[in-house]
Amino acid sequence: MNAPLLAVNDIGVRFGGFVALQGVTTEFRPGRVTSIIGPNGAGKSTFFNVLSGVLTPSSGSIRFKGDDLKGTKQHEFVHRGIARSYQITNIFPDLSVHENVRVAAQASRSRYNIWTNRNKFTELDAKADAALEAVGLVTKRDETAKFLAHGQQRALEIAIALISNPEVLLLDEPTAGMGPEETKEMVALLEKLAAERTILLVEHKMKMILGLSDRILVLHHGRLIADGTPHDIQTDPEVRRVYLGQNDGYA
Amino acid sequence: MTSPALTVSPSASARKPARFKSLVTKYRVPLSILALCLLPWLLPSKALAVNVLIYGTVAVGYNLLFGYTGLLSFGHAAFVGTGAYITGIAIGQFGVPWYLAVLMGVIGGALLAFVMGALSTRTRGIYFSMVTLALAQLVYYVALQTPSWTGGENGLRGFTVNKINLFGFEINFLDPVNKYYVLMVFAALALWLVSRILNSPFGAAIEAIRENERRARTCGYNVERTKLLSFTLSGTICALGGTMSALHLAFVPLDSLHYLSSGMIVMMTLLGGASSFFGPFIGALVFLVMEDVFSLWTSHWQIIVGSIFVLFVLFLPKGIWGTFLTRVMR
Repeated sequence: MNAPLLAVNDIGVRFGGFVALQGVTTEFRPGRVTSIIGPNGAGKSTFFNVLSGVLTPSSGSIRFKGDDLKGTKQHEFVHRGIARSYQITNIFPDLSVHENVRVAAQASRSRYNIWTNRNKFTELDAKADAALEAVGLVTKRDETAKFLAHGQQRALEIAIALISNPEVLLLDEPTAGMGPEETKEMVALLEKLAAERTILLVEHKMKMILGLSDRILVLHHGRLIADGTPHDIQTDPEVRRVYLGQNDGYA
Repeated sequence: MTSPALTVSPSASARKPARFKSLVTKYRVPLSILALCLLPWLLPSKALAVNVLIYGTVAVGYNLLFGYTGLLSFGHAAFVGTGAYITGIAIGQFGVPWYLAVLMGVIGGALLAFVMGALSTRTRGIYFSMVTLALAQLVYYVALQTPSWTGGENGLRGFTVNKINLFGFEINFLDPVNKYYVLMVFAALALWLVSRILNSPFGAAIEAIRENERRARTCGYNVERTKLLSFTLSGTICALGGTMSALHLAFVPLDSLHYLSSGMIVMMTLLGGASSFFGPFIGALVFLVMEDVFSLWTSHWQIIVGSIFVLFVLFLPKGIWGTFLTRVMR
């Protein structure tokens, strides 16, 4: 069996008196799609924020490829190999589609060079175009990002997250606000990505989760209440009670 | 149904200004320098032209932080004033050659910008603006309270540069045309430097931070350090403008450190257009020409300039040059 890529041990997050996450211990092995589900306010986004360095947990530890990530700054996570997308579209609105991805690529190549012309870094242009090709946006490369359709902006954000060639990709509701057609395209894209890297997914669309995931974690009130294959989760009585029970139509 | 001819023609005509704009962008430094060469012959007085040169340099330097990094500083007068004071003190009290005095002024301004940047870039939004304002006022009061160095509220005098030795040639610096073209070399240097910075990978990084700080951080940019570098570079260019002003006036008014001077830099930048490279320079030109013209009519010229400024902010947020580039060239 492979060694775990990412391991969290007894993670807790408090905001004042409110406990957002409590005693979460789990690990993620390479090359799988793991979905994290749970009712609203269950702690999914908080968990993602901990895994991507946005939040420092109040207690517990995170290890990535054996290294403790304690004290690692948020901007260093992507250089380590952990990239993410956000629930609310998070792109560079006034830059061109191509520049959105190019500047993301540049972050791992040159950050403080004030002298060289950026056009000399031609490998970044090629990389950006390849990433746009992968998410199906290459025909839109010269458009201003804010004028893209919602689904295309979501795809652009995934291209931005992918450009660092991360080992772990965290996707926070990649299909949020998408219609059925756009969702279908996104699922196809995720299936393609899943073949090459470890993906952690927060989603609400049950059908999509059950189809895509190798493994599902269920959070409820900040605690991990179930962990297993889609089949296990569907038949878990506790999960049915707290989560699926409320939305029988989805399951 | 729209006919194909109708749908094709607007996009074809939209391409033309885009090409013009990209040409202007590509050759922005030679074009700017050409404009600077012609400037003294287009304006009513050479003294006004030198002022435009100085404030244009300051505004372009300021815009590196404001227009391109997205940080609204209300304290850039501190760097202009510090550059001017150090140059004046170095020449007047220590007899340093003028070119070394300029260098010292620039380095002093850069160091101050680094310290002020380190303190202010930890904060965001309105707090950032207020911290820069407060720190700059601190510098103002230091200058006010040390009259033996700075001349206090009378300003700094007694460091007139009459002649400049340049590669064996002696140039009469009191001649306005000579003065203009000597100082123009510094302005051109500053414009070239800023253009280079904007074209660099760092230039892309600051734009990314302006566009979306959180996304830039997630992409792997150290936002704080990038902002600090931008703040320091911007302050350095402004300090260069300050040293130019000291050489020009042979006098440093205490007001050059005042927050009203910082406000004027912001106004010039917005007037010309913070979204473009040369816009702030145009803003400084228009502001100073308006001051020159309207102050002949009335001592309340600031009412007129202020009203025009408000109209610009409300109706032409891209400023004179930014609007010209995107709209008029169509």
